[in-house]
Amino acid sequence: MPIAFTEIQETIRMVEMEHLDIRTVTMGISLRDCADHDFEKVKQKVYDKITSYAKDLKSTANQVAKEYGVPIINKRIAISPAAELLGNATKEQAIELAETLDKAAQTLDVDFIGGFSALVHKGISKGDQILLDALPEALSKTERVCSSISVATTRTGINMDAVRQMGQIIHDTAKSTQDNNSIGCAKLVVFCNPVEDNPFMAGAFHGAGEGEAVLSVGVSGPGVVLHALQRYPDADLGEVSDVIKKTAFKITRAGEIIGRVVAERLNVPFGIMDLSLAPTNAMNDSVAEILEEIGLERVGTHGTIAALALMNDAVKKGGAMASSYVGGLSGAFIPVSEDNGMIRGIEEGALNLSKLEAMTCVCSVGLDMIALEGKASPETLAAIIADEAAIGMINKKTTAVRVIPVIGKEEGETVEFGGLLGRAPIIGVNQFSSDKLIQRGGRIPAPLQSLIN
Amino acid sequence: MQKRAVVSVVGKDQVGIIAKVTTVISDNNINILDISQTILEGFFTMIMLIEINDPSNLETLQEKFKPVEQELGLKINIQLEDVFQAMHRV
Repeated sequence: MPIAFTEIQETIRMVEMEHLDIRTVTMGISLRDCADHDFEKVKQKVYDKITSYAKDLKSTANQVAKEYGVPIINKRIAISPAAELLGNATKEQAIELAETLDKAAQTLDVDFIGGFSALVHKGISKGDQILLDALPEALSKTERVCSSISVATTRTGINMDAVRQMGQIIHDTAKSTQDNNSIGCAKLVVFCNPVEDNPFMAGAFHGAGEGEAVLSVGVSGPGVVLHALQRYPDADLGEVSDVIKKTAFKITRAGEIIGRVVAERLNVPFGIMDLSLAPTNAMNDSVAEILEEIGLERVGTHGTIAALALMNDAVKKGGAMASSYVGGLSGAFIPVSEDNGMIRGIEEGALNLSKLEAMTCVCSVGLDMIALEGKASPETLAAIIADEAAIGMINKKTTAVRVIPVIGKEEGETVEFGGLLGRAPIIGVNQFSSDKLIQRGGRIPAPLQSLIN
Repeated sequence: MQKRAVVSVVGKDQVGIIAKVTTVISDNNINILDISQTILEGFFTMIMLIEINDPSNLETLQEKFKPVEQELGLKINIQLEDVFQAMHRV
């Protein structure tokens, strides 16, 4: 059946006026064959492998975007967890490896390379510990390297020793980048139940079950969903879900065809489609505004969780119908600094840290791009991570913490990160201590939910 | 490889839009398969289906539309048809 006039117009309107875009095509690359007893050779192999596998990533993605008329905003690299290469390395060598990754990203002109990562949800190996020790300096000395650390899963419980270290590492990273609004922390995510094929930064890494190289696609489009809902101001919530589902379906289909073409031309297998409503600071490209359109005066008020749950679920259902290879995080992200609606919610007192935590029970990830007062202690940061990990562990979902304790700033001030990362009002933390909980250490046992065999 | 692409033209209604746009297409020896056109909220909107031999030529064609776009104040987009098929047909 030929495509109707109105359908063509709809697609063009989505791209031209409602910010439909492919947010990222991310090439996952396994670096396991780069191991060598000579660390200089490791670095050389890493650099050579990344820059040869992905040498055409950017130009191919740009060409395909032009042919299909849908912009591809970011081109990115995800590598297998770097800690795997650091078993015999020193902290200084780990920092050098991060710098090598940064150089590879610059050569390829990709904005981020993810996977300076370690999976420590049950225990910490030698290489993992080296990577953790190197993190604050590695993140301050590099520009494009992103790190993610898994500290908990539903099957293993929560490694509270790792959680304690992460509180300290976030604190130290904030200090080492304090001249730049503690921006280093924006490149560091702490995960519970991380997914191995997430194409979005800062949490992308190429998981242990993945192949040699793979191309995964992240599609976004809060603006498209918002505009679609605005056309149905009087729909009941079942119909609202339906509108979101249909919109998600179309966006996912567009993303998949474009992703498959890019993968084919680069001669790597297509991995997954991740449809995640990821806001940007562009006008009307906000997840918070969708929640407000559903019926909240301001995001954060009573009813926010219900609206977010409805939306997250509808996005997943639309995506699942559209593609057999939906993966990653698929749902709605709720970063604060990248979403003008969330920023307004906090500034007007409707939204606070506790509500954001509650929202992470039903959104697709977790606490994201939240600026905290600089005096938040390492133990408090660790306790925030522990809470988030507990939510993820019990609910069998991915949760994450990417918070930025901005050194020298206090509650009520605002911090400008610039560019994609946006700006954020500083949020205060609870003034009562969680030190004892964190100092106890050990491992919170895996919950009953893990005993499913 | 034979592919089909959709050319969409949007702008203020005026004399000569179809003539000038199709002249660019015929000058490039491209066959038009279908044309539909309407006036939507005062805006001229035309959608054409064309045959393309090599998708990488789309960029050059887009460039060649630039003078017409500027002269008549139009927005002209070319996209491969596949993306519409994917979005609107199961």
